[in-house]
Amino acid sequence: MASILAVDDSASMRKMVTFTLKSAGYDVEEAVDGVDALVKAQARQFDCIITDVNMPNKDGITLIRDLRSLTSYKYTPMLTLTTESGMEKKMEGKAAGATGWIVKPFDPDQLLKTLKKVLG
Amino acid sequence: MSIDMSQFHQVFFEECFEGLEAMESGLLNLDMGDIDSEVINTIFRGAHSIKGGSGTFGFTVVADFTHVMETLLDEMRDGRRKVTQAAVNVLLGSVDCLREMLTSIQNEQAVDETSVAKHKAALEQELNGLATTEPAPPVVNTSPAITAAIDDDSGDTEPLELNEQGWKIAFCPYLDLLKTGNDPVRMFRELAELGELTALANTQDIPGIFELDPEECNISWDLKVTGDIPVGEIKEIFNWVEGDCELDIQALVTTPVIKKAAPLTKKAELEPPAPAAVAAPGPIPAEDPVKPEDIKAKEPAKPAQAEPEIKNVVAASSSIRVDTAKIDALINMVGEVVITQSMLGLVGENFAMDKVDQLKKGLAQLERHTRDLQQSVMNIRMLPISFVFSRFPRLVHDISSKLGKKIELKLVGENTEIDKSVVELINDPLVHLIRNSLDHGIEMPASRLAAGKPETGTIELKAYHRGGHIVIEIIDDGHGLDRKKLIAKAIEKGLIDENATLTDKQAFELIFMPGFSTAEKLTDISGRGVGMDVVRRNIEALGGNIEITSEVGKGTTIAIHLPLTLAILDGQSVAVGDETYIVPLVSIIESINITEKMLNKVAGKGETFRLRNQYIPIIRMHKIFNVQSRNASKMAEGVIVVVEGQGVLCGLFVDDLLGQQQVVIKSLEANYRRVEGVSGATILGDGSVALILDVPGLVRFSSR
Repeated sequence: MASILAVDDSASMRKMVTFTLKSAGYDVEEAVDGVDALVKAQARQFDCIITDVNMPNKDGITLIRDLRSLTSYKYTPMLTLTTESGMEKKMEGKAAGATGWIVKPFDPDQLLKTLKKVLG
Repeated sequence: MSIDMSQFHQVFFEECFEGLEAMESGLLNLDMGDIDSEVINTIFRGAHSIKGGSGTFGFTVVADFTHVMETLLDEMRDGRRKVTQAAVNVLLGSVDCLREMLTSIQNEQAVDETSVAKHKAALEQELNGLATTEPAPPVVNTSPAITAAIDDDSGDTEPLELNEQGWKIAFCPYLDLLKTGNDPVRMFRELAELGELTALANTQDIPGIFELDPEECNISWDLKVTGDIPVGEIKEIFNWVEGDCELDIQALVTTPVIKKAAPLTKKAELEPPAPAAVAAPGPIPAEDPVKPEDIKAKEPAKPAQAEPEIKNVVAASSSIRVDTAKIDALINMVGEVVITQSMLGLVGENFAMDKVDQLKKGLAQLERHTRDLQQSVMNIRMLPISFVFSRFPRLVHDISSKLGKKIELKLVGENTEIDKSVVELINDPLVHLIRNSLDHGIEMPASRLAAGKPETGTIELKAYHRGGHIVIEIIDDGHGLDRKKLIAKAIEKGLIDENATLTDKQAFELIFMPGFSTAEKLTDISGRGVGMDVVRRNIEALGGNIEITSEVGKGTTIAIHLPLTLAILDGQSVAVGDETYIVPLVSIIESINITEKMLNKVAGKGETFRLRNQYIPIIRMHKIFNVQSRNASKMAEGVIVVVEGQGVLCGLFVDDLLGQQQVVIKSLEANYRRVEGVSGATILGDGSVALILDVPGLVRFSSR
């Protein structure tokens, strides 16, 4: 099953995302911010990255930009978790190389449906 | 898939409260003159996370409320809005309001809607106020749950725009499309799920093999999906690549309901043969009214999922957070104990006298491990005192602005650890003492300047370990205690005799007397008469004591000494006759032998002996406790244990020293009643009970 790195500084969101993905059979690893995620993403290859945008230490946009510049993550789908008001952020995310976005708030079904878009 | 979201609620609430605390301390730390953008960012993130979480977990009230806060903070973060003290105060109020909301929700109580509305209005007023450097964008106060249902900015998703036959899509990706991780093949697969898909790839733009860059997308596609598909679903598939491609979505045949004729003509222009149009039978009008209903029925279903699901909230438990390192240490220790136990088991299996050494070794090891294990367990109960301290910046901020005073609070030693039970009990006395310092200690800015002091007063809250105790000091640089005033007041209240001569220390101690209050008029901050005497009583009930030093014009220092834990104590066991008593090790200075000749007897005042130029009173323990002593009269055969209690040295005359050990304190009050000079009892290794001496109490008792 596809492996996913879920990045969010909020423990409850992270738990929710992880739980949902694991229930659907995905192999999930968590990271608490961009710095943590970058280390974990380099330690093993993930099939997809899901990241929050607003995080301390390193935000989601910078994380995506950093990951995209690595050969191993050149084509990996990366999704941002963003709020409905953040059209700018969506575009900023895209400019940094994000594949797409999931709009907060979302429920588990929405999450899985969106994920299917990139993991097939 | 259905997932029970309530399982995340507990974490969510904990996180919210943490976030609120971070926001609060961030707001309090904002220096109006020099705004630190990282601080604003932290505050913003707090609001943002709460909003995101509350939306997801279905607490719409909270999400709506934090949305306004977030908007305000976002503008501050971008520098579009000036950070004003007024705005900070409104935000602080909102933090309180949010905390109340979350507490209510957590406890399954109704949210106080008037308070919420009030704070929200204040926020919106701030938001629409003139403080912006640029006109503020209008506050879009849509419920996030609804906007999230379909995230489409074009707004043309009216369900009427249906097509019986399908859509023709011209999809021409730009060269960089692949670099965002988007894959046309995946999108086609999605389209294929909606209806029957035919894809025609245009490969004429693919360059020769030598110019070809495999990372670029050189193919464009003409796609046709047939089926009954709303345009919104098609658009959603291409949502992420908007801006990375040229996209043209045309209906194969439009139904009469749709007014747009333009796409049809345009399509006709582009593709004169229009093979699709040939395969277009007339739409059956009867089906039209059915479809919109289908879609309408789907739509309300989504907001419904976002309805508050409060029923399953787990009631707040009195849990504590423990550092995983502490738990690891604990597990490590348990492992050691198990190893020792199995080793002892082995020795015991075929015991012979030649194994005594091995046995002793094992027992010594067991003792060491038990002690370590005990320490590790106690450690889990230890919390940094910042748990108590962290709420004071807010207190000081609120009260000082109410009083019109300028006060800076300094926190020192916040990481000093203290037993959880002490943490819970020390809070109220500290609040009282700090309020006192704010209200009575620090002067108004004008009088401070007149006295040649900086306008801003300082209160320092300091914690540190000393011996087996933790010391908490509250130091202010206010006007100090005036002993003359104190004495006059005490005489007026009839608390002391008019002719009494008091040392400075005794004069300061007056404020701890019941019914004493120095404030000329009562304020709502402090001084309701139930003051310092209660504080002192509470602290003494914790086994601590409180000391006060002060200098007129310079300030006041209040020091509180508390035991680290209320459960265990390092003790020295001493023998008095057939009884064993425990003297807390922290209060022992030294133990010595003296002879009868060294005693000085003072008529009516008992005995003293001289120790390095200091006369120390002797307490004969067997007399105090009325126990038959073996050495009743012979000083030389017993031992003097020199102890310190409340700053006074004293010699306890006992028969013998037995040994040092850690003892578990059992309350005497709970099992018998309070006895002066005894702080509790413990059970010794042989099963007998030993009393633990309360040294300060003994000193007081014997000086009478």
